[in-house]
Amino acid sequence: MTLDRLAPGQRARVTAVEGEGAFRRRLLELGLLPGTEVERTGQAPLGDPMTYRVRGAVLCLRANDARNVRVER
Amino acid sequence: MSHHEEDHHGASGARWRVVVAGNPNAGKSTLFNRLTGGSAHVGNFPGTTVGTTRGTLQLPGGDAELVDTPGTYSLAATSPDERVAMDALLGFGHHPRPDAVLLVVDGPRLLRSLYLVLQVLELGVPCVVAVNLLDEARAGGIEPRIDTLAEVLGVPVVGTVARSGEGREALVAALGTCLAEAPRSTAPHTFPPAAAADVSAVAEALPERLRSGDPARDEAVARWVLLSADESGRLPGDGEPLAVVARIRKEARAAGRDLDGELVAARYAWIDAHEAVFLGRGPAPARSFTERVDSVLLHPVFGSAIFVLVMTLAFTALFSWADPLIGLVESAMGALGSGVGGGFDAVAGGEATGWLGLLRDLLVDGVIGGVGAVLVFLPQIALLFLFLALLEDVGYLARAAHLADRVLRAAGLPGRAFVPLLSGYACAVPAILATRTLPRRRDRLLVMMVLPLTSCSARLPVYTLLIAALFPPVVLGFVPLQPLALAGMYLFSTAMAVTASLVLGNTVLAERTHEPVLLELPPYRVPDPRVVARVVWSRCRDFLSEAGGTILVATVVLWALTTFPRHTPDELLPEQTVAEARVMDLDLDALAAPLQLEQSYAGQLGRLIEPVISPLGYDWRIGIGLLGAFAAREVFVSTMGVVHGAGEDVDEQDEGLRQRIREARRSDGTPLYTPLVGASLMVFFALALQCLSTMAVLRKESGGWRWPALAFVWTGMLAWVGAFVVRACGLLVGLR
Repeated sequence: MTLDRLAPGQRARVTAVEGEGAFRRRLLELGLLPGTEVERTGQAPLGDPMTYRVRGAVLCLRANDARNVRVER
Repeated sequence: MSHHEEDHHGASGARWRVVVAGNPNAGKSTLFNRLTGGSAHVGNFPGTTVGTTRGTLQLPGGDAELVDTPGTYSLAATSPDERVAMDALLGFGHHPRPDAVLLVVDGPRLLRSLYLVLQVLELGVPCVVAVNLLDEARAGGIEPRIDTLAEVLGVPVVGTVARSGEGREALVAALGTCLAEAPRSTAPHTFPPAAAADVSAVAEALPERLRSGDPARDEAVARWVLLSADESGRLPGDGEPLAVVARIRKEARAAGRDLDGELVAARYAWIDAHEAVFLGRGPAPARSFTERVDSVLLHPVFGSAIFVLVMTLAFTALFSWADPLIGLVESAMGALGSGVGGGFDAVAGGEATGWLGLLRDLLVDGVIGGVGAVLVFLPQIALLFLFLALLEDVGYLARAAHLADRVLRAAGLPGRAFVPLLSGYACAVPAILATRTLPRRRDRLLVMMVLPLTSCSARLPVYTLLIAALFPPVVLGFVPLQPLALAGMYLFSTAMAVTASLVLGNTVLAERTHEPVLLELPPYRVPDPRVVARVVWSRCRDFLSEAGGTILVATVVLWALTTFPRHTPDELLPEQTVAEARVMDLDLDALAAPLQLEQSYAGQLGRLIEPVISPLGYDWRIGIGLLGAFAAREVFVSTMGVVHGAGEDVDEQDEGLRQRIREARRSDGTPLYTPLVGASLMVFFALALQCLSTMAVLRKESGGWRWPALAFVWTGMLAWVGAFVVRACGLLVGLR
């Protein structure tokens, strides 16, 4: 499944980061790497963007961007 | 000012130069303040619009100049602005080479922050690491082991709490030693063999400008190039692509390897492997303060309500609370003007005429008026940045961006654009300055290009005058037309801003590469009053020193255009009128004012542009009004006062001016202003970038005349077409 499908409170492990060039590098450098644990923490009132806890920080990602991160529970 | 100018170019006379780098939200500004005290001042990096703070740290061996860089998680750059950090660390381009680097990292989020530390260690520069926010880390159940960290990283590490000053002495001592001994740092981690071979190949082919002669540093630069250059191998801000980068990447891809992943993962792998070594864990609170606050502030219902409330408060402050302060500035400048004018008249012994009169008018109407035109912006700028700095420091600004993101996405903008856009409805000048809160240059430029279309408060007097003078209060028996027309103008302006954002964002300012829209939601904190005060003060000073001059000159030029050539009332008025006026004791100057304006250069320009604006239903008198509005849009009202003989001191509520506007006739005797002409004029005002101050600030913030010129031309064309379409449609349905 992909990161945007996680329900609030759910945890998962990153298996792959897809996407091209600078976009993908940006996610990798923030620590979203295969093996990294991620927790969905919440979302904006309109359901998007969503917030995730990654390496102790809370990141806010648009669903469209989060779709590029594959995870397994 | 000359003192700051010198420092801009690095000639501060300090013995050492220390570049300060670090993560966003790591308390870097507060720590910077702790170290440099009152000596900190703000400017731009040479040749960029990237802001930096400089300050002096006194050390036993001499002074060190501290140069701040924008907060970042990585040195990799996808835009010229992001490149500044790397260029400053290694002394590339215009940047002098630093003697040491001070890295400020986010203690509570140490595992992620160490990524930047490892990148800097790879460069081999002398380096001191400050692990800041120790108090917050402890509260969250994390205990960084500072000594162990120093051991495994091989550089001095100091734990700090910038807010309380804890660790300052130790940090200053470590910096002093580091500067005196200039030890090389070495990276503790290694890269997989295949990636290392690729890096060596790039390092050997580095162009001269990126080379240092130090093999380890060249390899670090090569890794940075591999993670920064675009698909063709071009670094942001560089002309020539590096062929070797494109080739190496292609080969890696062909071999089924993920070179980017290998480089990034090698650093994180070292961090993850050593986590237990340098991170002690204490009892973590079940639910942190920030989580509890967020359950309200990010709540679907309460969160949205609070967002609306906070933004309404901000807008009210800009739109209404700034008014008394603006009035204060205006009356102070008015008093200064009449004082100076009175002085001239006293010297002349009566009303100053001739050269003395000209000098008086130049000083009072030109220079003092121009200084006033600059100073009136200060209250709004100060209020907006006070608000922005407070929200940023508290941690709410990122949440506001998060909450607004979905809505702004419809206009192709990130959530962070919300506050600048909202501010645009008060005034585009502070709003353009506020685009600095947007990290990406493309987004900044897009918002700057769209902001002139938001309905600023200077348009309101124009709309009010035209609507009240020309529109019937009630149509169809019950529809209150006037308030609807005003609301319509705001809706129109918003719709045009959204459309412009979508059009520009997909053409001139199209994203070349897709980047994730990323925001970090930092923990809530009590704002640091010194940091807030510095932001407000530096923004105001920046505006005065960098845009103030342009606005002042523009105001004087506009004054000259409406004043010259000068004629006395006797030259302008028919003899009979002069004689009658003398008998009836009328003010000759006031009688002659419309004629003076008509034959001035501005009047001549108004006639010159008449062929261009006559298809819109305007004549040269409206032309002068449009030209005069460049000083500030609301000046249109007083220009109309002069042109139509109602005097200069009128406002949009003036019944006499409204009457004269209704009575104004064309040469063929038909009314000059019809409701249709009024509507077309309002559309023109809604769209045209008729504001020299906005253009001056655009020039300053975009780094040249290119963008303001572009904005001026395209909004001008849009305004003309818009006004023409309104008139054409009106004529088609039988309006006049």
